[in-house]
Amino acid sequence: MNTLTICNKELQSYFRSPIAYTVIALWALIGGFFFYFGLSFFVQRSMESAMTGQAFPMDINEWIVRPLLSNVNVVALFLIPMITMRLFAEEKRSGTIELLMTSPINDWEIVLGKWLAAVGLYSIMLFVSVLHMAILFRYGSPDWRPLAVGYLGLLLQGGCLLAIGTFVSTCTSNQIVAGAIGFAISLLLFVLNWVSEFGSSVTERVIGYFSVQQHFESFSKGVIDSKDIIFYVTMIALGLFLTSRSLESVRWRA
Amino acid sequence: MIKVEGLTKRYARNIAVDNISFEVQKGEVVGFLGPNGAGKTTTMRVLTCFMPPTYGTASVAGFDVQQNPMEVKRRIGYLPESPPLYPDMEVVEYLDFVGRIKGIPSADLPKRIDEVMEKCAIGDVRKKLIGKLSKGYRQRVGLAQAILHNPDVLILDEPTSGLDPHQIIETRDLIKGLAGAHTIILSTHILPEVEQICEKVIIIAKGKLVATDTVENLTSRLRGSETVAIEVLATDLAAVQSRLEQVAGVSRVIPKESKDGRLHFTVESLEGRHIRPGLAKAVIDGGWSLNELHGMALSLEAIFLELTASHKEPVTAALQEVVKEDIADAAGSLDKGEEESK
Repeated sequence: MNTLTICNKELQSYFRSPIAYTVIALWALIGGFFFYFGLSFFVQRSMESAMTGQAFPMDINEWIVRPLLSNVNVVALFLIPMITMRLFAEEKRSGTIELLMTSPINDWEIVLGKWLAAVGLYSIMLFVSVLHMAILFRYGSPDWRPLAVGYLGLLLQGGCLLAIGTFVSTCTSNQIVAGAIGFAISLLLFVLNWVSEFGSSVTERVIGYFSVQQHFESFSKGVIDSKDIIFYVTMIALGLFLTSRSLESVRWRA
Repeated sequence: MIKVEGLTKRYARNIAVDNISFEVQKGEVVGFLGPNGAGKTTTMRVLTCFMPPTYGTASVAGFDVQQNPMEVKRRIGYLPESPPLYPDMEVVEYLDFVGRIKGIPSADLPKRIDEVMEKCAIGDVRKKLIGKLSKGYRQRVGLAQAILHNPDVLILDEPTSGLDPHQIIETRDLIKGLAGAHTIILSTHILPEVEQICEKVIIIAKGKLVATDTVENLTSRLRGSETVAIEVLATDLAAVQSRLEQVAGVSRVIPKESKDGRLHFTVESLEGRHIRPGLAKAVIDGGWSLNELHGMALSLEAIFLELTASHKEPVTAALQEVVKEDIADAAGSLDKGEEESK
């Protein structure tokens, strides 16, 4: 109940400030760019193949949806720190954290509520790009199942990076710092699989395993692998755990 | 209602609060007096369960702040030094949010919000964004937030700081109106404020408890001797000084800077003696002109020196430093206080 109260307040706060509109607009703009050129490329190829009489695999999922998911995944990476950076940093700066922490609610309720609000805004953002997909369904017949799996992957990966961003936001009262560090950590987690691409020792494989992008790959192919889900859920839990510990340390340091 | 025993709060390098113990009974209004940096806010933050003490215990209504923080938080209303407001919310939305996290049943909430809005006189801004409110209104919204869940204990950290004299009076009246129903601790470094609102005073400086007493005892102790500033139009400083020293009840005459035939003195009386009529007469009888004669307001410094002296506690040089920094501030506030009373 308290969690919902906090979540509700945060969501409203997103939409009272320009944050929600900025994030959604940027997402729609860049996502639309990728969608337009992915679609144009596909149309051009199919016309070419029609003229030359060559067989062209007319798989919308393979040619449009999958690359699009991978591309918007990168866009999300940039926008996620913008969503999380204010969550705690602003409360710490303005002193309202004292109100939350002297109210009869648990720290984890605050943490969970704020994270859920971030996930909520992120979901709304994802929903905007569903419009692109609706166009595909209107004029083509893609398979909806890999698409849904892809969105599940986006949501899980987003939740994971949002949890980490929330944690970073508790560490400072400066939003810019929270945003910058959150972005740096997200980006590193994103490209960590490069480590395992250059070598295959156990250490390198373990490090590579922590790449959020690597686990997204199977989702973008339309495959639900329990190990990827477990990875994301574990990372979310870890991020939220660190957040509530960090919040508790505010009590000792403040 | 509130019991603090051996409370110590240590930060990385310095001790903010050093072994403080005091008790507050139900329904009392207690002033927490001390210069800036004395440890007032830290003590309040421990009491409100914002931070745990390093050593010692504190309990509210029988619940320990560390063992039972939830029960303590339910019984405490807290107004930090800067009111914890969200500028992008409307007043009524904000109070609704606070009411929910304070655990007020949602059925009672609208009625309760109306009540506190009336009490704090913020009904006319209920639909306004908090960010657009004036400082006085913000302070009252902060106070409304603190009393919303009708807590047993109210903890107010410098509730009048940064307000203009008119707003200070309003806020004081508001707090006075809340007394009785709630046990109130309010911190301040303004002496008249304590005299006006509180029954009991806890004085701390440099993290140490200096005195705990009722306002009456404290002021009578402090008002025992009188300090008077006097300005005489004369040329012979020594003659005037010796004449003033002969006035019955005078313990000390301290000459201050003088120029153009205006001689300034600070005169201290013996305990319980009224010397102003005597001084006036002495000046007139001496054939000089009396230009100015007025009692001096007690500065925070005077109180601290008085109290620390009577308690045989060492007044460290550091303490005096802190107090001195604070005098300008306190003096300003005192002036304001005088203006108000006029």
